[in-house]
Amino acid sequence: MADQADFAELAMPYMDALYSAALRMTRNPADAEDLVQETYLRAYRGFGGFQAGTNLKAWLYKILTNTFINIYRAKKRRPDEVDFDDAEDFFLFRRLGGLEAAQAGRTPESEVLEAMPEQVVKDAIEALPEQFRVAVLLADVEGFSYKEIAEITEVPIGTVMSRLHRGRKQLQARLWDFAVERGLVPQPPHAQPTERAAG
Amino acid sequence: MDCEQTIRQVYFYLDGELTSFRRWQITRHLNRCPPCQHGYDFELELRQVVARRCHDEVPEELKQRIAEAIGLFEPRPERRDRPTHED
Repeated sequence: MADQADFAELAMPYMDALYSAALRMTRNPADAEDLVQETYLRAYRGFGGFQAGTNLKAWLYKILTNTFINIYRAKKRRPDEVDFDDAEDFFLFRRLGGLEAAQAGRTPESEVLEAMPEQVVKDAIEALPEQFRVAVLLADVEGFSYKEIAEITEVPIGTVMSRLHRGRKQLQARLWDFAVERGLVPQPPHAQPTERAAG
Repeated sequence: MDCEQTIRQVYFYLDGELTSFRRWQITRHLNRCPPCQHGYDFELELRQVVARRCHDEVPEELKQRIAEAIGLFEPRPERRDRPTHED
């Protein structure tokens, strides 16, 4: 049993991280603020049921994710949220010419990555279909393990793995598209949009 | 462990979700294969870039609102009617 008096001290430090995740989930600041506030209120009320000494961060993310799914998912799917075909492994790296450059000892892909503006990365994540978006956020931004993500999102580990796999590939395809659109890559070699997976 | 197998497992490797034996196999391949090592370095860097770019700060006003809602702020102490003079 956790003591409610400790709640503020323990839970408040996670607010920036939760707010960042809420922004990516809801994709607008007003909803993100409401989501974070609702999360903290629910967490505060339920804090007596939190096992002291267990993972508070995962517990808060579980409340955040559940609240998001229950409240905000009711809102309609946005038209730009298209589940497009998966790209191949190492999509972005290959696109940036990495495998050839690796032999020549150059690393232009690194420069492209570093040049990716914050908004491009945020837009690319926010454009992912919801389930992939949540999985990628929890794993790649927050560093949760597959098991923790399975508990937070209440799906089997196999489902987490497949969402991550597809979400990451799509993220790379989006980043490539954004990089081309914004002229971050020197010259689009064959300026076609995201390619479909071979085969 | 060849290149194809390595690439297929590189995300599990990055995620720290492999057994120590598998990890060792992949590390060994990466050490011996510059193109795979290069691809791995890129994936690692990409992940760091994504994580770094996704941080936002809570608006101060929201922080206040939440603190008030969970009663973090004590009500102001009552004003004393009779200030004590010690001369």
